[in-house]
Amino acid sequence: MPVYIKGMGNISPQKTWGNDPLLASPSDYSGNRLTCIEPDYGQFVDVRQLRRMSRIIKMGVAAGTMALREAGIITPDAIITGTSFGCLEDTGIFLSKMIENSESALNPTPFIQSTHNTIGSQIALLLQCQGYNQTYTQRGFSFEHSLIDAILELKDNPNQNILAGGVDEITTHSHSLQKRFGIFRENSSSLNLLRQAGDGTINGEGAVYLALSGEKSGNNNICVEAVSTFYNSRKLTASVKDFFESTSLGYADVDLVLMGKTGVGKWDRALEAVASVLFPKASLGVFKHLCGEYPTASAFATWLAARLLREGRIPEIVVEKNAERPLRNILIFNSYFEKYHSLVLLRTC
Amino acid sequence: MKGRVYVAGTGVISAIGNSIPETLKSFENHSSGIGKVSLFDTIHENTLPVGEVKIPNTQLADNLSVNSSLSRTALLGIQAAREAVAASRVNVSKWRTGLISATTVGGMDKTENFFVDFLKNPSKGRLRNVVHHECGSSTELIADDLGVNGFISTINTACSSSVNAIALGARLIRHNILDVVIAGGTDALSKFTMNGFNSLMILDRNPCRPFDAGRNGLNLGEGAGFVVLVSDTVKEETRLKPSCFVSGYANTNDAYHQTASSPEGRGSFAAMQKALAMAELSPENIDYINLHGTGTLNNDLSEGTAVKRLYGDNYPRLSSTKAFTGHTLGASGGIEAVFSIMALEQQCVFPNLRFETPIPEIDMKPQLSFESDIKVNHVMSNSFGFGGNCSSIIFSRM
Repeated sequence: MPVYIKGMGNISPQKTWGNDPLLASPSDYSGNRLTCIEPDYGQFVDVRQLRRMSRIIKMGVAAGTMALREAGIITPDAIITGTSFGCLEDTGIFLSKMIENSESALNPTPFIQSTHNTIGSQIALLLQCQGYNQTYTQRGFSFEHSLIDAILELKDNPNQNILAGGVDEITTHSHSLQKRFGIFRENSSSLNLLRQAGDGTINGEGAVYLALSGEKSGNNNICVEAVSTFYNSRKLTASVKDFFESTSLGYADVDLVLMGKTGVGKWDRALEAVASVLFPKASLGVFKHLCGEYPTASAFATWLAARLLREGRIPEIVVEKNAERPLRNILIFNSYFEKYHSLVLLRTC
Repeated sequence: MKGRVYVAGTGVISAIGNSIPETLKSFENHSSGIGKVSLFDTIHENTLPVGEVKIPNTQLADNLSVNSSLSRTALLGIQAAREAVAASRVNVSKWRTGLISATTVGGMDKTENFFVDFLKNPSKGRLRNVVHHECGSSTELIADDLGVNGFISTINTACSSSVNAIALGARLIRHNILDVVIAGGTDALSKFTMNGFNSLMILDRNPCRPFDAGRNGLNLGEGAGFVVLVSDTVKEETRLKPSCFVSGYANTNDAYHQTASSPEGRGSFAAMQKALAMAELSPENIDYINLHGTGTLNNDLSEGTAVKRLYGDNYPRLSSTKAFTGHTLGASGGIEAVFSIMALEQQCVFPNLRFETPIPEIDMKPQLSFESDIKVNHVMSNSFGFGGNCSSIIFSRM
């Protein structure tokens, strides 16, 4: 069953909101941390309410509002959010104060706003949305499971509008901590990250929401066809084959494979190996040099794929191999730290 | 989308027992698990009672033959999930098996210790104490222990998380995406949550009294509860004789306040009503309600009001089991689902400890004693959380 994308909102390290042409002037970063280019939140939330919101909540609420506005929806029937790290800033504040103040005289606000479901519940509260409300937090599957949930809901009842998204933030604490695991490499140009494989990637963040429906309206013709996640897959090629067993499209129908390459050679090679066997005639593209590596980076990729389908072309900055095919079906093939692989198949319909 | 989703096995660990039989015994004996914190240092140890599992990590790990550096959330989860899978006798590697766990603290019990050194110097603190911080990490560890790969997921909708995990499992089976799902939740006590709830001033300094007029807040608890859900096909092919099935569930949002429930309990009312509609049951068909019943002024009045709106004065037997276990946050829906299934299997209901006087606004009297040999065909369990998340689930006897 096709699930139509009726609207999208994306706040990312690129200028992905507003009326700018798609990736017209990509932002290049040095170092190993990418930071979102944020809009003026006053356009989306009342200033008094903004003051109480942490950065990730603002990004989530704004991206959700962008998607609903584009879709012309006032209140969705369901709000589904994926976030692996949750509200790190408030978690860090409460944790630090608790230690510094030896467990006394603590302000409850950061604690209240530290739970992962704060983003989805703040959107529900602002929109007075009393419908289904869900938050997934399975590392590299968090966004994909939001999509799967939305698809299940729409299969049962297509006549609904669902807001589904993926949101994760970097904080000073989280970045200095993750650096110690040796997963990032210093880079003079983030846009060149994927030109040479190494042993580290760059840290990213972002907030993406999609307004989805099982019913077509207006000229929306971009659909999420199928989504699947494989934890600890021992035979990645077989897992991808199984996925295509259950979809209406075949391997040869895939015009572009958008790969979640990170710049870490051993992980990237696993993706390339499957792509070269199953999709030898497809164009190949990449996206993590634009948004960085983070658990819900696949949400950025889904936004990008939908924009590519809308425009019918692949900007140079995304292309790894151009097979010069018309663009109708895009497969996002993501990996996150080796044990996580996911597929999101989008098509025009 | 067709076919029933059956419960093939359950497993639980909480302050009132490390297994199903131990838990049942505590209920029969009215034996509460609320007491002093003993396993970590906190300035609140003499003032804030908790429902602690009285087994240190080293011993939990030893009993399970796993690494003792795992987060307590993962250790508790492995214990309960293993019990559920063993009871189900389902061979997880034979089927399309998924694990859906819920947690709100994840590896926080380790992170909060790591942070003491890290705050002084960002290059300090042992990384092994923070590597399992993410909620999803505890689910990975449980999946790896059970030999589940493929579909694993974690839900964090605060204190309603586990019910949503079980509901997602049922939906994935009904849509023929998975055959077997181990679903539930796990949460360990931590200084972070103790201080968080204390800063909100909703922790009782005495053992909690859910649904009593004089209630004065909740006690935190810890533990894990998992169920093994199977499809019709699995049931037929393995000649399983399940005791009950998942008949209805619903997830709504109160959309009233970030932490407080609406006075009329609009989210909880809608969750119960939608779960009943899905189960094609009328309110009178429910024989027992396992209430969310945290013991806070706000929750119990709001939930009680919603129950009264649904039933008037003819409400079924009902109780909050949190006076036994404390509020186990993300695990509570899983633990209480296990209790609900226990009520169906044992044909019993559980007492609401320490209840004396009804809340004047609702005049509701919960079940006061453990009672067995009664007819229990349908049980509803409520779980509500911060952010307005409300979920109800109904289990029905075969």
